[in-house]
Amino acid sequence: MADYAPWSPEKAVELIAAKADMDGALMPILHALNQAFGHVPDEAAPLIAGALNLSRADVHGVLTFYHDFRRRPAPHHVVKLCQAEACQARGSAALTAHAEQALGTSIDPHGHANARGVSLEPIYCLGLCASGPSALIDGRPHARLTAERFDALMAETV
Amino acid sequence: MVKLYVPSDMASVALGADEVAGALAIEAARRSLSIEIVRNGSRGLFSIEPLVEVETAEGRIGYGPVYPEDVPALVAAGLFDGAPHAKRLGRPEALPFFARQTRLTFARNGITDPLSFDDYAAHGGLKGVRKAIEIGPRAIVEEVFQSGLRGRGGAGFPTGIKWKTVAEAAADQKYIVCNADEGDSGTFADRMVMEGDPFQLIEGMAIAGIAVGATKGFVYIRSEYPFAVRAMEAAIRAGRERGLLGQSVMGSGHAFDMEVRVGAGAYVCGEETSLLESLEGKRGLVRAKPPLPAHKGLFGKPTVINNVLSLAAAPYILAEGFAAYRDYGMGRSRGTMPIQLAGNIRNGGLFETAFGVTLGELVDDIGGGTESGRPVKAVQVGGPLGAYFPRALFDTPFDYEAFAARDGLIGHAGVVVFDEGADMLKQARFAMAFCAVESCGKCTPCRIGSTRGMEVIDKIAAGQEREANLAVLEDLCHTMKLGSLCALGGFTPYPVMSALTHFPEDFGRPPEATLEAAQ
Repeated sequence: MADYAPWSPEKAVELIAAKADMDGALMPILHALNQAFGHVPDEAAPLIAGALNLSRADVHGVLTFYHDFRRRPAPHHVVKLCQAEACQARGSAALTAHAEQALGTSIDPHGHANARGVSLEPIYCLGLCASGPSALIDGRPHARLTAERFDALMAETV
Repeated sequence: MVKLYVPSDMASVALGADEVAGALAIEAARRSLSIEIVRNGSRGLFSIEPLVEVETAEGRIGYGPVYPEDVPALVAAGLFDGAPHAKRLGRPEALPFFARQTRLTFARNGITDPLSFDDYAAHGGLKGVRKAIEIGPRAIVEEVFQSGLRGRGGAGFPTGIKWKTVAEAAADQKYIVCNADEGDSGTFADRMVMEGDPFQLIEGMAIAGIAVGATKGFVYIRSEYPFAVRAMEAAIRAGRERGLLGQSVMGSGHAFDMEVRVGAGAYVCGEETSLLESLEGKRGLVRAKPPLPAHKGLFGKPTVINNVLSLAAAPYILAEGFAAYRDYGMGRSRGTMPIQLAGNIRNGGLFETAFGVTLGELVDDIGGGTESGRPVKAVQVGGPLGAYFPRALFDTPFDYEAFAARDGLIGHAGVVVFDEGADMLKQARFAMAFCAVESCGKCTPCRIGSTRGMEVIDKIAAGQEREANLAVLEDLCHTMKLGSLCALGGFTPYPVMSALTHFPEDFGRPPEATLEAAQ
């Protein structure tokens, strides 16, 4: 699992300041916060807006446009299963159904975790299209997945 | 000293390449044998990944696919000496999948250490940029124009014209932007260039910078490609240290530097104007054109925005001369295309070849048919916005115009094979659903049309006023195709309409009815 720092406005201000002078700094800043804290909480928006001389609405708009930025703390474990065509052609639907059953949750783009702190999320293409079905489990790529292999990986993960 | 190669490519790692490298090191240590493991890029045939190669007197000998648990037995059988084994493949370049290719852009992939600048230079790298410096900006643009290179991202716009437009624009700052937001399912060529031969992309961007007078470049990589992000960042650092980037590119006096920017999971940011908005730190909303990015692009400045493969083709064109590139291909599609064979296919991977190869050759002959062994039902070419082709159209040659003539597109040259288990109504619904999720929301046909499309397809699936709803679906596709601002809404009708046209029975319609409706 990823090791995220607890939300801290002081640390956020530091991270923002480190990138504020870049051209088009907003995306790099949101990535930095998302990586450091596992999410970008609402309290971050005014801090970013102040540093970049943007309105809070501008920051909110960008934050909510992109799938990657989480607005609530990240789950302990994130399983992203590819749902795109090349994996569909290689049995991703059956694997997804198995994963949903094994994890007792349904695939959820908003990343709600199950009781064990695992979220099952869709991802649209990891570029491993000749060896699907593919997944990213806590950031590590896996390909040619079967139900058995998935279970083994989850046993190692959780 | 035994020299081994184990790919660091994301697909190879996803199949256990890191563990294989670790296991090889353990086996060597157990035998007190000194080994060197080079983490090369992938050669691009994924059915044999993880591929382990060992350097021998007769060349590099490959074994694959090698899983971590196979390693002790393979080493015991003599892998370090290239000894026989059921998994021994011989020299990889002699395998038919590789022997039949024409690798211009992928010449080094899988051969070299991707992050070794010296390896790059020793295998033909830097010749293009040196030539570019020698002949100067005007001649560079002319070389690229004469090569016939067209935008490899999908639109197929002549790269030379784009560069000329930016070169002629007067501005205090110009930019080179590399579109590495390779979001199309079934494509991985950009990823492989960035992971397997990143200096080639840097060299291509430096050539573009010199050609048009741009001093700054950005490569916008999707976040789903963390390995590519790391490789490009490391290669850019090395490029700066070795003078390929910086105040004076290779001592020429031309300044060019670049940086990586990472996307955040928005498919639409692969559309060039949306990508520029994202780079500027905004929502990835598509811009209306004109103005063209070549006139007003990133931060309102003249900008060359090209796909990874377009920019990566430039070093070859410069080094070998435009004619060497142009002489490959057919019609107005010149040079080679790195085609990506994906989905349910036996020999999936990267197949670079001159334009003109037919879809049937790619799928049946080179690809070896489906991996499942069941008959091919449909092949989607060009990503989520590409058409589904039935076997009846397998004679279509890989060429921009030939695909357009059959209501399809080659896009970024991803070929996704489906066996007879595919339900084409479901695939059509998925196209609409994907468009609904990924629409930037700026234009109505895409934003609303995609959701209405899903609903209509659901009604068709339920058998509700089927003919009337099929008519609505066709009308809706027409509106989206002609009324959308960009290719997301504009091309979503391709998979939908091709599914309906070629596989009417999946929509509960006898084949004859579709023919009549079409007439």
